Amino acid sequence: MAGPLPTDWFLPPLVAPAGVHRGGPARDNYWAGVWSRFRGNRPAVLGLLLLGLIVLGTLVGPHLTPYHYDALALLQANRPPGPEHWFGTDQLGRDTFARTWMGGRVSLLIGLAAAAIDLCIGAVYGGVAGLAGGWVDEVLMRLVDALYAIPFLLVVILLLVLLGSGLRSLIIAIALVNWLGMARLVRGQVLEIREREYVLAARVLGVPAPAILWRHLLPACLGPILVWISYNVPAAIFAEAFLSYLGLGVQPPRPSWGSMVSAASDLVRLHPWPFLFPAVAITLTLLAFYVVSDGLRDALDPRLGAGHGPAGRG
Amino acid sequence: MSGPEAPLLLVENLYRHFGGGSATVAAVDGVSCAIGRGEALGLVGESGSGKSTLGRVVVGLDAPTSGRVLVAGLPPRRRGRPALPRQVQMVFQDPAAALDPRRSVAASVTEGLDLSRRQRERRAVELLEAVGLPAATAGRFPWALSGGQCQRVALARALSMQPRLLVADEPLAALDASTAAQMLLLLQGLHRAQGLAYLFIAHDLTMVRHLADRIAVMYAGRFVEVAPTESLWGRPVHPYTRALLDAVPPPVPPVSRAVSPPGLLGEPGARSAVGCPFAPRCPHAVGRCRVEAPALRAFGPDHLAACHQAEGLPPWRLR
Amino acid sequence: MALLAVADLSVSFRTPGGVLTAVRGMSFDVQAGETVAIVGESGSGKSAALLAILGLLPSNGHAAGSVRFGGQELLTAGAAALGRVRGRQIGMVFQDASGALNPTMTVGAQVAEVAARHLDLGPRAALAYARAVLGAVGLEPPRRRAGEYPGRWSGGMRRRAALAIALAGRPRLLLADEPTAGLDATVARAVLDRLDRLRSEAGMAAVLVSHDLGVVASVADRVLIAYAGRIVEQGSVGDIFARAAHPYTAALLGALPGRGVLRPIPGGTPDPRYLGPGCAFAARCHQAVRGCALAEPAAYPAPGEDGHSARCWLWHPDAPAPLRPGRGGGHVGP
Repeated sequence: MAGPLPTDWFLPPLVAPAGVHRGGPARDNYWAGVWSRFRGNRPAVLGLLLLGLIVLGTLVGPHLTPYHYDALALLQANRPPGPEHWFGTDQLGRDTFARTWMGGRVSLLIGLAAAAIDLCIGAVYGGVAGLAGGWVDEVLMRLVDALYAIPFLLVVILLLVLLGSGLRSLIIAIALVNWLGMARLVRGQVLEIREREYVLAARVLGVPAPAILWRHLLPACLGPILVWISYNVPAAIFAEAFLSYLGLGVQPPRPSWGSMVSAASDLVRLHPWPFLFPAVAITLTLLAFYVVSDGLRDALDPRLGAGHGPAGRG
Repeated sequence: MSGPEAPLLLVENLYRHFGGGSATVAAVDGVSCAIGRGEALGLVGESGSGKSTLGRVVVGLDAPTSGRVLVAGLPPRRRGRPALPRQVQMVFQDPAAALDPRRSVAASVTEGLDLSRRQRERRAVELLEAVGLPAATAGRFPWALSGGQCQRVALARALSMQPRLLVADEPLAALDASTAAQMLLLLQGLHRAQGLAYLFIAHDLTMVRHLADRIAVMYAGRFVEVAPTESLWGRPVHPYTRALLDAVPPPVPPVSRAVSPPGLLGEPGARSAVGCPFAPRCPHAVGRCRVEAPALRAFGPDHLAACHQAEGLPPWRLR
Repeated sequence: MALLAVADLSVSFRTPGGVLTAVRGMSFDVQAGETVAIVGESGSGKSAALLAILGLLPSNGHAAGSVRFGGQELLTAGAAALGRVRGRQIGMVFQDASGALNPTMTVGAQVAEVAARHLDLGPRAALAYARAVLGAVGLEPPRRRAGEYPGRWSGGMRRRAALAIALAGRPRLLLADEPTAGLDATVARAVLDRLDRLRSEAGMAAVLVSHDLGVVASVADRVLIAYAGRIVEQGSVGDIFARAAHPYTAALLGALPGRGVLRPIPGGTPDPRYLGPGCAFAARCHQAVRGCALAEPAAYPAPGEDGHSARCWLWHPDAPAPLRPGRGGGHVGP
């Protein structure tokens, strides 16, 4: 303040001091906050939109073109994209557009199956181990450790050799192998949350165990579960693509992105288009999943409340 | 009239061991005490003293290895779970972890009660106002509250069950001096107005002084001294109590840097399995101390201490 | 010339919710060999100030103003120059001591590494020196402790190990953020005593940051009281305790537990994002006058030794004498 002070400067204040409560507007609850944080993450939202488009494409795509995905037309083989065949044709003259979207159905089906198995087997298994503790936990987790040690692809390939290839065998093989990571994750979360003071307080308050599970443990696990699934699904999709590329997965005439890439790879120098479209499809799908899962992980962190500075004293 | 009232909390020969064989840790190693109705007992000890474990056993979160605990005549644990929410409740140390970050304050504070949605909101406001928080706090979430406010919500939640005994496990440790003082005043008020009994666990003797009627000093799972508050402060008997009091900063800084009295040897938690558990750290330990464990004996009205050397120690003065 | 001269230091953080200004124009000096304590509650900015001095703010933090150490400006110094200063000239003990210790190396090796790098010692000499430092901070017996891994140590031992690492380079200035927080009382007392003794033996200056006025009083020469990112009072430790000038200081002293009656300060520390135009403490101050909410005061001289000042309108030269806050040690009523 430059110059002399106003004459009333040292008079008693007009409003008595009342102490200060933490300022700022009250924000909405945790799940609403999750959505708003996710929405603010542009790449994640774009990824989600892209996934949505891909899903839509697999459902609707094959119907948009008059050509059936399996219709052979050897005279039209290896055409580049044009007004009749929007993605061109493959070496047997089949419409790549229809095949790409049909192939997408397989990939998404695998993804869905992987997610469902993760939840039903993996999460429940891990949850039981974490809650039970003691020797039950020991036994269950040693089993997981043993299975984990076996390379995933080796198991899958063995199973496919035993069961014969095809979509159904593929799903079974993935089911047997894929849930392990989720089990470990959920067990770890449960073990950690169990000892948190708010859970202990709930026990002392007399809250019955099922209510504690439902109110405290499950929501805390939900976040990591979602993030894990969003990482695991693309892994399953890629595994299918890889196996189909090797000829072990989905069999013709059913198209899958992996088998399409495989079939097109011989002539890729002369006719790149039948290779390009399924390959780009795989890439974009995986990319979209990863971006969404990153966004989910950030959005679900309860510590990123309405803008915090350095936490703790000071 | 009926005979003498049974104590609210009775602990008899309590042992709580962890692990097994050679790796057994005796967190609580033979503790007996009682808290009467409306009485506040301060439990002071450093890390590794077992005070938190004792608190958890009293509340029913943990089961004793041997010995018994009775709250209002009943064991606090039944069928493997805490069973007396209306008799004994607990407040914990870390205000940030005290509340589920995914639930609103109203939901957390009324968690132990079986109420309809509307009743819940009304009751939440009542409980919050009783601990000095404005009604608007009910709709907020833990991350929007300060440490002191979270701790008050946790207190309100414990009080929602209308317990007769509150176990407070270092409730002030994570708070600033002023916030801790506010909390302490609140606890004092509840103690006087409602006759709420406390088992107040702390590592800071000065905080405990404001609230406790009696103080028990704990080391390596055992009580080394138990006395009324002013008696403990005025005439501490046990060397460990004296060391704790020496560590209290003086209210006005000394004009010159006075030489500190000889401190304890070794690290907190160091204990001897044979003889007095405090012997490895005690500057006054003699041969007998390493061989024979001292028992709690009387050094004045209601003033117990477990030390062989107590009579031989020089008179003590607060700095 | 002061060893450390901080002028108009401001620190802000970019958060998802906006810009958070943790430190607003802090200015203070530290002379060689002197211990300065910065005392404040959470949100006062004291830890952020310390981190800013050594250029250790997180990526979303930004420091402005001037920090001169031995004449060299630190805020604009490049990474290489800062690297030469850290450890060798200025040692730091963080609030989270565990983060300062490498769990895969023995404690002796970690201290020796610092000594070897900054004091140009060979491996044997460095290890012998490391053992000496460990003994000096109270980790007995030093030979055995040097060979142990920090993972199994208690909080107090780790804190002392971090202190040993900070001291190993024989710095001219030690920065310690909450050196005794979380430690048992007896250990805290021992750590402070050691720190004080080592410091005076080595002629080292120190800046100790703490929320506990009582704890630092016994080792500090001068005390700075921080509130809402500003230094509201500074003076010698005697002046602060016996002649506290700022109402917040008086209130802090009144809230110390050892003084009989409990007198907490009403309300809580303000949210740094929602500060008004006037003095940040005005809303909780029972001696506030009308002007307090209108504009922030500058630091005015207060009675006692040279250098005792308070950022309070009541110490403005034009303030009527009867309004001046009374002696320290209690909270004067309205």
